[in-house]
Amino acid sequence: MLYKSLSSFPVFEVERDYDKCIVCGCCVQQCTFDATYYLPYAKKVITDEHKCVGCKRCEAMCPTGAIKVRAVTNEFKHNAYWDARTIRDIYKQADQGGVILTGGGNDRRFRVYWDHLLIDACQVTNPSIDPLREPMELRTFLGRKPDALEVEYNEKGEPELKTKIAPNLVAEIPVIFAPMSYGALNLNMHKAMAAAADAMGTYWNTGEGSLHRDLYKYGHCTIVQVASGRFGVSAEYLKVAAAAEIKIGQGAKPGIGGHLPGEKVDEEISKTRMIPVGTDALSPAPHHDIYSIEDLRQLIYAIKEATNYEKPVSVKIAAVHNVAAIASGIARAGADIIVLDGFRGGTGASPAIVRDYVGIPVEIAVAVVDQRLREEGIRNWVSIIAAGGIRNSADVIKAIALGADAVYIGTSALLAVGCTLCHKCYTGRCAWGITTNDPHIAKRLNPDIAAERLINLLKGWAHEMKEMLGLMGINAIESLKGNRLRLRAIGLTKEEMDILGVLPAGEGI
Amino acid sequence: MEPLVIDAKGMHYRELNQIIRDKVAEGYRHFILHNVNGQRYIGAGIMEDVFIEIHGVAGNDLGVFMKRGTIIVYDDAQDGVGNTMEGTKIVVHGMAGDVCGYGMRGGKLHILRDIGYRTGIHMKTYKDMVPVIIVGGKAGDFFGEYMAGGILILLNLWDDDDRPIVGSYLGTGMHGGVMYIRGEVDPHNLGKEVGIKELDEKDFLLLKKLLKEYCEDFKDYGLSVDEIMKSPFTKLVPVSTRPYGKIYAY
Ligand code: SF4
Ligand code: SF4
Ligand code: SF4
Repeated sequence: MLYKSLSSFPVFEVERDYDKCIVCGCCVQQCTFDATYYLPYAKKVITDEHKCVGCKRCEAMCPTGAIKVRAVTNEFKHNAYWDARTIRDIYKQADQGGVILTGGGNDRRFRVYWDHLLIDACQVTNPSIDPLREPMELRTFLGRKPDALEVEYNEKGEPELKTKIAPNLVAEIPVIFAPMSYGALNLNMHKAMAAAADAMGTYWNTGEGSLHRDLYKYGHCTIVQVASGRFGVSAEYLKVAAAAEIKIGQGAKPGIGGHLPGEKVDEEISKTRMIPVGTDALSPAPHHDIYSIEDLRQLIYAIKEATNYEKPVSVKIAAVHNVAAIASGIARAGADIIVLDGFRGGTGASPAIVRDYVGIPVEIAVAVVDQRLREEGIRNWVSIIAAGGIRNSADVIKAIALGADAVYIGTSALLAVGCTLCHKCYTGRCAWGITTNDPHIAKRLNPDIAAERLINLLKGWAHEMKEMLGLMGINAIESLKGNRLRLRAIGLTKEEMDILGVLPAGEGI
Repeated sequence: MEPLVIDAKGMHYRELNQIIRDKVAEGYRHFILHNVNGQRYIGAGIMEDVFIEIHGVAGNDLGVFMKRGTIIVYDDAQDGVGNTMEGTKIVVHGMAGDVCGYGMRGGKLHILRDIGYRTGIHMKTYKDMVPVIIVGGKAGDFFGEYMAGGILILLNLWDDDDRPIVGSYLGTGMHGGVMYIRGEVDPHNLGKEVGIKELDEKDFLLLKKLLKEYCEDFKDYGLSVDEIMKSPFTKLVPVSTRPYGKIYAY
């Protein structure tokens, strides 16, 4: 039989212009995938393209612009059904057996509902507002809101609020850094997100790998996660945070657990997760104390008891077909915030088959959950955070118009600090120093510069969101919430529009 | 300070726990609770060195997230005893329910009689923090599932029914820690990530030390370490610390 190894067909071409190359060796040193090396007898730097993952680190760092990294586009005879990735995956599994791993988010060609939704604007009858001249409110409160407000008059005849308001998070911009664990990311990235969230008056989320001691000072802007592995979960961890989040599922891999390989559990991660150095950190698929909504309620209230009812408790689930009914159960279980994580959401490591074919888009999940909770009259019990593939401020505006209160950004935050979406996060060799805990490579991510870039991103989005609110004639993000009349669909079927609760473009009210 | 005595009869758990939290803040450390009848979350998240005595049946998630101190239940306890606990010792003079010691990272659970399903799931060891669960009776299925560290001891002291000493799926996904079971285990019930080992000198010393403390906690029941140690134990350890390391293609 003809043996055909996967490595016979590289995915990327690394073109090096030897007229420009000064043989400085920078690209050799920067390539963390050992693809590039110096060939002494030829006095040349060359790349073994079979090893190249297309991270573009060498291209970015070459001082003379000698390198171009390009995806090989015509590697096999054109075939609209058996595409190159499918062919390679079969080769790979025939070579090695086993589950194909990937990182990042679903990149398959499913319909992107964001791109079929257009935002409405005011003309003549309802004047738009100029955000440069008029106050524009992005402040968002996350947590339970009362069913009604009761006011009492004191002896002096002044009104006083009698209703006890449940604890809420206050975000100055409805954009929060998504849960990404220390382990999947390194401490530099956690520091950057914490500092950026603090500076912008918003929040960041630890993910399930606990909170490093050095970051306890950011507790007031930190959402801490409690996942099935319970890594580093302690009374102190819950008390130091602004809110706690029970992680049930992740959009990139609904219904399956996590697995941080032992090689990645170094001294610092071991200290933070409170597990021995070098052991696998396994997160079981379910929490084994949660097999029902009643059990979920029990953990929600365990956290509330442990934190003296002073902090909102969030529950994060992957967006799946039955998400509306599940969310209703979660709201009734006592959660204050529900996070819906759509199938475009990223991951440090997931079986590719799960990342690519399980779950539903967050656009749909937000619309159906908001609708269901409204119909049941309990929408005010919880805030909804939309997560999983939020790419720009228009996606944020659309998510909020569909019924979300705020969004999480993960992939966008990684992009802001240099990620090129090579999807090799699971190797722990991220050339951009983001999803690696190799101390040498992690130094490539300077936490101060990274924080600055995250702040810039949020500032840019905040300006844009204010512009968009203004053109809709709205002066507070609160008024956009669930305001689906400000969206119109283009190129969607009747059923899709019904599920999203939007009218077709061109149809007036 | 004097112990604080609370009559929990008819009290909602929120009220009871609020009193305990407030009083801990005032400086009380010793609590005696009477007429407890299933109130949940007693001790939840307390970080101070408290001593809580419970008369009656303790409800779910007793001692959840607790950092230190001691709880004694003079009756049975329901599910989730010692959930995600960091360092408390809980002594139960009766049975305990399902999912006890889930994600427990330190401290001790001493249960006099039987325990339910899913005991000690994902217990972990970290440095000098080694969680220990000792069960005097029998245990249900999934004992030590996903166990990542710590010590589980099952004694079968009473053998008062015809159930096996432990249920099925024993130690499924186990990747750390050790279990000692007094008696034989049907290999059919073992998870495939677990192996049976001979006990050595060190094991006996460890068992002796842990059982001494256990017997002292239950001294009214006439337990003797030497008597208990006369029967043979089965030691179970994980086959690999990386049970799922080989299923991926890169
Ligand atoms: S970094 Fe650029 S100039 Fe330096 S060796 Fe590589 S290709 Fe040549
Ligand atoms: S640095 Fe990245 S793009 Fe450049 S050769 Fe190495 S793997 Fe390929
Ligand atoms: S984080 Fe790093 S490894 Fe992951 S996709 Fe981005 S550049 Fe690649």
